[in-house]
Amino acid sequence: MTAELLRFALGYAQIALILALALACWRMLRGPRAQDRVLALDTMYSIAMLLFLVIGMGNGNVFFFEGALVIAVLGFVATVCAAKFLMRGEVIE
Amino acid sequence: MRHLEQLPPWAAVVIALLVVTGASLTVLGGLGLVRLKSFYQRLHAPTLGYSYGTLLIVLASMLMFTLLESRLVVHELTIGIFIMATTPITLLMLGRAALRRDRDAKLGHDEAVPPRIPREDRPAEPRGQTGHGEGLEDAGLLPDPEREERERADQARD
Repeated sequence: MTAELLRFALGYAQIALILALALACWRMLRGPRAQDRVLALDTMYSIAMLLFLVIGMGNGNVFFFEGALVIAVLGFVATVCAAKFLMRGEVIE
Repeated sequence: MRHLEQLPPWAAVVIALLVVTGASLTVLGGLGLVRLKSFYQRLHAPTLGYSYGTLLIVLASMLMFTLLESRLVVHELTIGIFIMATTPITLLMLGRAALRRDRDAKLGHDEAVPPRIPREDRPAEPRGQTGHGEGLEDAGLLPDPEREERERADQARD
């Protein structure tokens, strides 16, 4: 019974996170300006990381954690580079 | 999904609660990203997902794998600490970049840009590395005659 509850909760969490991903994707496509797109991309990275964690919990597989960690690191680097580019017009000065 | 049956009932309820709350808060953040009007407001919305979403889902994952493997599993904490350390940096950089772009280029958009500090309220000396807020350093250490001219024109128009 409680396993059913947990299964339902994990399914709900996956659907909710995919919905959040779609909302962020809408903002990224819509714009209206570059900083909105960068912010939406950063949000998508973090939501994808959460989605990996939830999928890993659903599968009982610890190795999704590593994928989530890689996504988190990549998201940080990508957003910092994009912000620097927006600020200065070049990434490496 | 056989592993879900091995969890004790109280743990299943707690994990379900944590996961559902975290995912719902993340969706709220995404909704804010779509609904809010100005970029500077939208900057605040996804932090729900960054802070509460990550915290609750990482806690749920830690609890679940700790009980499943009947040993202490804390490696999810690396994600939590990493996100906690990097999110303020990225969002601050992004906000400052957007502010600089908005103030430098008068693009004619209808964005509500936070106002400049008035000329007489600015500090006379460049702020040090420990200073708060925005000082002369923001405007560049070298005087920029073009920008001064533009500001004067703005003030005259107001």
